[in-house]
Amino acid sequence: MIIALSSTGKTLDSALNPRFGRAAFFLIVNSDQPETVTVIDNAHATDGHGAGLKAAEAILKAGARVLITGACGPKAFRLLQQAKVRLYTATDMTAQKALAHFENGSLPDITSP
Amino acid sequence: MKIAIASGKGGTGKTTVAINLALAAQQEVCLVDCDVDAPNAHLFLACKTPRNSRVVTLPMPVVDESLCDGCSACSDFCAFNAIVSFGTVPVIAPDMCHGCGGCARICPRGAIREVARRIGVIDTYDDAPITLIQGRLDIGVALAPPLIRAVKQEITTGLTLIDAPPGTSCPVVATLRDTDFVVLVTEPTPFGLNDLVLAVETVRALGLRFGVVINRAQETDSYVRPYLSHEKIPLLAEIPDDRRIAQAYAVGMPLIKALPEYAPLFSRLLTQLCEVA
Repeated sequence: MIIALSSTGKTLDSALNPRFGRAAFFLIVNSDQPETVTVIDNAHATDGHGAGLKAAEAILKAGARVLITGACGPKAFRLLQQAKVRLYTATDMTAQKALAHFENGSLPDITSP
Repeated sequence: MKIAIASGKGGTGKTTVAINLALAAQQEVCLVDCDVDAPNAHLFLACKTPRNSRVVTLPMPVVDESLCDGCSACSDFCAFNAIVSFGTVPVIAPDMCHGCGGCARICPRGAIREVARRIGVIDTYDDAPITLIQGRLDIGVALAPPLIRAVKQEITTGLTLIDAPPGTSCPVVATLRDTDFVVLVTEPTPFGLNDLVLAVETVRALGLRFGVVINRAQETDSYVRPYLSHEKIPLLAEIPDDRRIAQAYAVGMPLIKALPEYAPLFSRLLTQLCEVA
């Protein structure tokens, strides 16, 4: 299963970015091969509008079925709901920690933007 | 001849100046309300039913999913992040779309066609000898410039006074483009000056000739008058800080009707504008 995380840096030791659309990077991890991490640069982080939409598009293209972030905006939220991506929230921890929490089911769902 | 009345700071008196110039004209004059988010010129004229109403639309893309192959050329092209490729079902965010038509042109499968999406209405009212052309954006629509451009297309020849929106962003630029002269209305306060400076930068960048009217003018003014003097910007008129003006405004009464002693001020201003524009 492919999991996307919004990140401040390029490795799993980086702090999770609390915002989805404005994050510097998206980390893509395959739970079947947890050693491999793909890094996506967020080219649309400073767009005036619709950064979340482009972020959602980028992780969908990478095949993500799960997103772990702090929060996402209304446009991205709508799109990801439509795409049936599961959304989880985590803050103040590294991407690695967030993944561990996700694995043992302790991350809350994101129920609204 | 098109004279625009703009400001910088909101609430300085653009509509007051526009309305009273129109009334002082005592000839056929076209008053155009380009503050399409919140038009208010009609409140000061005898406007009941519009003589004419025109719905304005913007082209918006619709994707035929049976033709789409998910190549995402449309999404890559869109400068406004309004169309997002999602498998073979590109998702369109109508409120982001600027109606540029680029996605429809670029789609290699011809899967995108455009449909008309309503953004607002243009109403024309008669209060002879004034004709009021008013643009009104639909509630929830964020894009003013296309409606403003459509409103300006209704302008015919003759003396035209354009009531601009406040500020200096896209709706104001769309309003001021191709006008002959801009009257910047300000007030002698720190905010008034700050925003006047921004407005002056804007009209200069647009290459438009302009002058300033100070509303709520005070005897001592350490803000606007020194700035105008330093920048050699013409001071066209000063409207005093007369409480009765606010009282008339509050009941929707045009200034020169409530207080005829102000009529010569606006007649003189109009004559001056007709000379320099």
